[in-house]
Amino acid sequence: MIHSLFLINSSGDIFLEKHWKSVVSRSVCDYFFEAQERATEAENVPPVIPTPHHYLLSVYRHKIFFVAVIQTEVPPLFVIEFLHRVVDTFQDYFGVCSEPVIKDNVVVVYEVLEEMLDNGFPLATESNILKELIKPPTILRTVVNTITGSTNVGDQLPTGQLSVVPWRRTGVKYTNNEAYFDVIEEIDAIIDKSGSTVTAEIQGVIDACVKLTGMPDLTLSFMNPRLLDDVSFHPCVRFKRWESERILSFIPPDGNFRLLSYHVSAQNLVAIPVYVKHNISFRDSSSLGRFEITVGPKQTMGKTIEGVMVTSQMPKGVLNMSLTPSQGTHTFDPVTKMLSWDVGKINPQKLPSLKGTMSLQAGASKPDENPTINLQFKIQQLAISGLKVNRLDMYGEKYKPFKGIKYMTKAGKFQVRT
Amino acid sequence: MTDSKYFTTTKKGEIFELKAELNSDKKEKKKEAVKKVIASMTVGKDVSALFPDVVNCMQTDNLELKKLVYLYLMNYAKSQPDMAIMAVNTFVKDCEDPNPLIRALAVRTMGCIRVDKITEYLCEPLRKCLKDEDPYVRKTAAVCVAKLHDINAQLVEDQGFLDTLKDLISDSNPMVVANAVAALSEIAESHPSSNLLDLNPQSINKLLTALNECTEWGQIFILDCLANYTPKDDREAQSICERVTPRLSHANSAVVLSAVKVLMKFMEMLSKDLDYYGTLLKKLAPPLVTLLSAEPELQYVALRNINLIVQKRPEILKHEMKVFFVKYNDPIYVKLEKLDIMIRLASQANIAQVLAELKEYATEVDVDFVRKAVRAIGRCAIKVEQSAERCVSTLLDLIQTKVNYVVQEAIVVIKDIFRKYPNKYESVIATLCENLDSLDEPEARAAMIWIVGEYAERIDNADELLEGFLEGFHDESTQVQLQLLTAIVKLFLKKPTETQELVQQVLSLATQDSDNPDLRDRGYIYWRLLSTDPVAAKEVVLAEKPLISEETDLIEPTLLDELICYIGTLASVYHKPPSAFVEGGRGVVHKSLPPRTASSESTESPETAPAGAPPGEQPDVIPAQGDLLGDLLNLDLGPPVSSPPLATTSVQMGAVDLLGGGLDSLIGGPNFVAPPAATVPASLGAPIGGGLSDLFDLTSGVGTLSGSYVAPKAVWLPAMKAKGLEILGTFTRQVGSISMDLQLTNKALQVMTDFAIQFNRNSFGLAPAAPLQVHAPLSPNQTVEISLPLNTVGSVMKMEPLNNLQVAVKNNIDVFYFSTLYPLHILFVEDGKMDRQMFLATWKDIPNENEAQFQIRDCPLNAEAVSSKLQSSNIFTIAKRNVEGQDMLYQSLKLTNGIWVLAELRIQPGNPSFTDLELSLKCRAPEVSQHVYQAYETILKN
Repeated sequence: MIHSLFLINSSGDIFLEKHWKSVVSRSVCDYFFEAQERATEAENVPPVIPTPHHYLLSVYRHKIFFVAVIQTEVPPLFVIEFLHRVVDTFQDYFGVCSEPVIKDNVVVVYEVLEEMLDNGFPLATESNILKELIKPPTILRTVVNTITGSTNVGDQLPTGQLSVVPWRRTGVKYTNNEAYFDVIEEIDAIIDKSGSTVTAEIQGVIDACVKLTGMPDLTLSFMNPRLLDDVSFHPCVRFKRWESERILSFIPPDGNFRLLSYHVSAQNLVAIPVYVKHNISFRDSSSLGRFEITVGPKQTMGKTIEGVMVTSQMPKGVLNMSLTPSQGTHTFDPVTKMLSWDVGKINPQKLPSLKGTMSLQAGASKPDENPTINLQFKIQQLAISGLKVNRLDMYGEKYKPFKGIKYMTKAGKFQVRT
Repeated sequence: MTDSKYFTTTKKGEIFELKAELNSDKKEKKKEAVKKVIASMTVGKDVSALFPDVVNCMQTDNLELKKLVYLYLMNYAKSQPDMAIMAVNTFVKDCEDPNPLIRALAVRTMGCIRVDKITEYLCEPLRKCLKDEDPYVRKTAAVCVAKLHDINAQLVEDQGFLDTLKDLISDSNPMVVANAVAALSEIAESHPSSNLLDLNPQSINKLLTALNECTEWGQIFILDCLANYTPKDDREAQSICERVTPRLSHANSAVVLSAVKVLMKFMEMLSKDLDYYGTLLKKLAPPLVTLLSAEPELQYVALRNINLIVQKRPEILKHEMKVFFVKYNDPIYVKLEKLDIMIRLASQANIAQVLAELKEYATEVDVDFVRKAVRAIGRCAIKVEQSAERCVSTLLDLIQTKVNYVVQEAIVVIKDIFRKYPNKYESVIATLCENLDSLDEPEARAAMIWIVGEYAERIDNADELLEGFLEGFHDESTQVQLQLLTAIVKLFLKKPTETQELVQQVLSLATQDSDNPDLRDRGYIYWRLLSTDPVAAKEVVLAEKPLISEETDLIEPTLLDELICYIGTLASVYHKPPSAFVEGGRGVVHKSLPPRTASSESTESPETAPAGAPPGEQPDVIPAQGDLLGDLLNLDLGPPVSSPPLATTSVQMGAVDLLGGGLDSLIGGPNFVAPPAATVPASLGAPIGGGLSDLFDLTSGVGTLSGSYVAPKAVWLPAMKAKGLEILGTFTRQVGSISMDLQLTNKALQVMTDFAIQFNRNSFGLAPAAPLQVHAPLSPNQTVEISLPLNTVGSVMKMEPLNNLQVAVKNNIDVFYFSTLYPLHILFVEDGKMDRQMFLATWKDIPNENEAQFQIRDCPLNAEAVSSKLQSSNIFTIAKRNVEGQDMLYQSLKLTNGIWVLAELRIQPGNPSFTDLELSLKCRAPEVSQHVYQAYETILKN
């Protein structure tokens, strides 16, 4: 099981270590540093590194490497999933997960890590339970603690820990009972030169924020549940009812959680809401290249596309770019060769465009590769797959909760080849 | 007010100051001091000197302080064992605390203090906690047994904790069950022989129940444990699978993959005809695809596992090619894995898409990725024959980019393509030669040298090229040197006059100036061969090379089956069994897939695991191409060494299968005069005794010399593909001679001259008996009809399909390649009429499994019409019989290579509603039956 955890920042300093079994010398991280050096970028460090006596499994998030050390045959996905859970927990506790924040809260971090694993076995990873065991730091509590001498460690066994609904604590009370659900869909797509779709898929999630008193039992039904044939549920969802009736029936955890994630890959169901017209050309012999891109909406069901951001990694041979956008702002970093254009909203009457020239290295042959354009955007009040929630009912409690559903579509890994 | 204040120190001496604070009377100050100590500890500072002071703070009601002290203890107890004893009393007391949280905390911490003296005191509290009324304490205690076992295994066994732990598997609380399983699995890992997880249907049932209710991590432990169980029959396997499938929809990817492991393993026991088997296959695809939308690290592990799954059961993901397309900002380790799987999934159906993608990747920035993409194009060409041409042209395009590493990779893979499709794409050699100078990597140089040597007769300046390489012989790597040696010897054998000097030079370089034993040995062998028997040398060095197999770097089936049992583990990431890398090999048990055992009717013979190998694989094909060059080098010498040198005719190994069985027993007449009571075909069964002579009372007329059926000409080579030359053609057989009737049309704008034709070796040795005679130059838009006489004495190689013929046509413009299927009846010889007795004997002698049944639909002919139609194509009716209103015809035919085919044809005359003919064929080479049937059908329907 998981032996030790090292937190390493991008400059290669180990700034936190935690051991759940015997202490493993931090020199084991040298193997990691070697791999880090070999990989040109932090993202490319392989997630599994063998060393003579240990295995190092790592995830890279928020510019921090979380390196777990294991000694025996352990399912690597289990370790990696756990590491991601650690990061999520930190984020949940402290709002952000960064080196200074972790250092600021080192004792809480240490206590939390101790609660999460015992002898390398996961003990409590549900944030509901963790928060009962170790209270997250707030300014108020810190002040109170200093004055009264009380602690931020709970001295009662968390009630949820052993019940049949381990994800929910008992005795929850709210004055305003409310349940919000966000249906968020991300489109991953590759569009080829000619504008036709190479692949497109939707990764959808339903994130919930449920603040309900007592032990509410919710059911959520969809207008078109047939869309959901590839789903992953939060453990609270009763799988049998989904199988037989296509209804989500569950006792929700308290607070924020991800109820469900789903995947729509059938090509005909994935609408592509934007198009990019591009004309990027390099000429042999000339040290100037032409650059022109236009972004426009299609298949948006009348909704506005906002937060459009275009980025593109230009070839090494490009020295500089002189461009004029019809709207928004753009930057080109001559060192990293990264072009980014913050477009904002797309007005269908006046399509945003970015035109100009690129100056190329004199004398060098024209670049072999064409830059790929990366697109970010957001569409409010639309789930691009067409998924629609039919109704939400609550059983088991008497009060009337306030219910809300929001839809949003975002670009995930949306790439246009040129 | 953050914890960073704990890191600030005063110059006065940190430890000293902390000591003072720890001994303060004020609780609050104490706690702050301990926090400072912990903070120092987390960043690796040594604060062990404070041990006694910190332990003094342990007796407190403040839970946070207690926990902090425990944290400290766990870290430093080992370095101060004597002091740690001081803490024991508090632990023992805490284990009796009314608060279960404190009881659990105490037993948990005690297990983490890895000091022998303390463990003795731990036993009693632990025993109590294992039977605690609170499940939280029980589950913590279960893990503690594993900790204790790690410290002192003997103690755990002596105290009987293992049995208590086993009992916990039946606990009422699922969390306790999960932890007990996890603890037992960990202990079992270091104790491979101890039968700790002795699973039986009852305990399996308990685990499956707990599976639904415990936490996600517990589910992983339980699933991994289930995977080690072998169900007693397919029913049990199915019922376990049914209860595990809901886990595929879990949000935790580790749960999903562990569930996939259980399903993949137990599926092995299910019959493929089962509806449930199909359902299960369908259910496996979506969760695997979903894993690919997770974080890149998870994707990587998932991809490594999918790589195994795709090799074991390609049908699961065959429609999911697109999810493996690479995004340009995927981390490199994800990109390379995706590429690998793309090739594994490539098939005729999706090859166009795959190629377009690969071409896109070949222009990316990342060098490693580009290289692998170029290689992938070559692998596609080898895997999907229909795409070979497109792949080759894509590779040529890439060579035109002149990007150095792209060119080199392309040359390496083109060499493999030559090996797979000989005599098809050699026209590109000229382009390759242009890039000779830019090659600087050994593998690419060796590949190029191999090409030059292999096709020396087609490259005018082959000697100059090789001489160029020879200049720097000593600086080359071994692989290039070996290849150069072989290539020059090949060249010498092909063009002996001009290259004598060159070959001597290379032989002396290899034998006298080199320290490499491999090189020297090979040099000596060639030298000896050349000097004693040049003809033998030719046979050895220029021997036919076996084709390379379609799939490269497949994992060997037994290893694959073992790895399937390790899905989701490190073994699956490294594609190595745990014995190959787990520390010290301790706790390694070889796992294998369960054999299939049917519960009820076991009609099928128990088919054991080795499903990994594709069924039709030829044994003579070299299986793995892990290091192609290694094989290649051996090849030059290999075949003649392992098998006796081939005689004058170059009968290919594959063809031996086809001919062997047929020839020796069929032609050697005396062998089957009186076969022992063999089974007689049903229709012949009744009249076997005296009726025999009556039966064969039919005398058929002598075969008319009208010639066999001729199919209309079909387009063999469209003008588009052959720079304006269009070829239509068909095959005929007349009076014992076969010919190929061709119609050449010039659709280009220039005159065509210098026609020539060549066949690739084929199953029946078809070869042109005369050169292609086109008397006048073919001017634009002119058409000429030619009949090319063929014989069957050419060299033989088994083709797939059997009647495939690959043809090369050359003219002044270029060389063009096409392949066509010839109807088998052109090979039916005129003396194919078998003696009746012989027929009966042979029919009995050929084993029944060689019999093939076919139906010829909608053929409203009577027996006479059928006989005469067939006779004109050299299928002879030997006997006719009428049984219950049905006409039975017994017929024989013989192929040009001496294979006899016996037939029984059942006709129902006078019954217009039954116009189907039933044909049974028996032949010693059953491969031909299908084609004979096709011949029957064509003859009878036309």
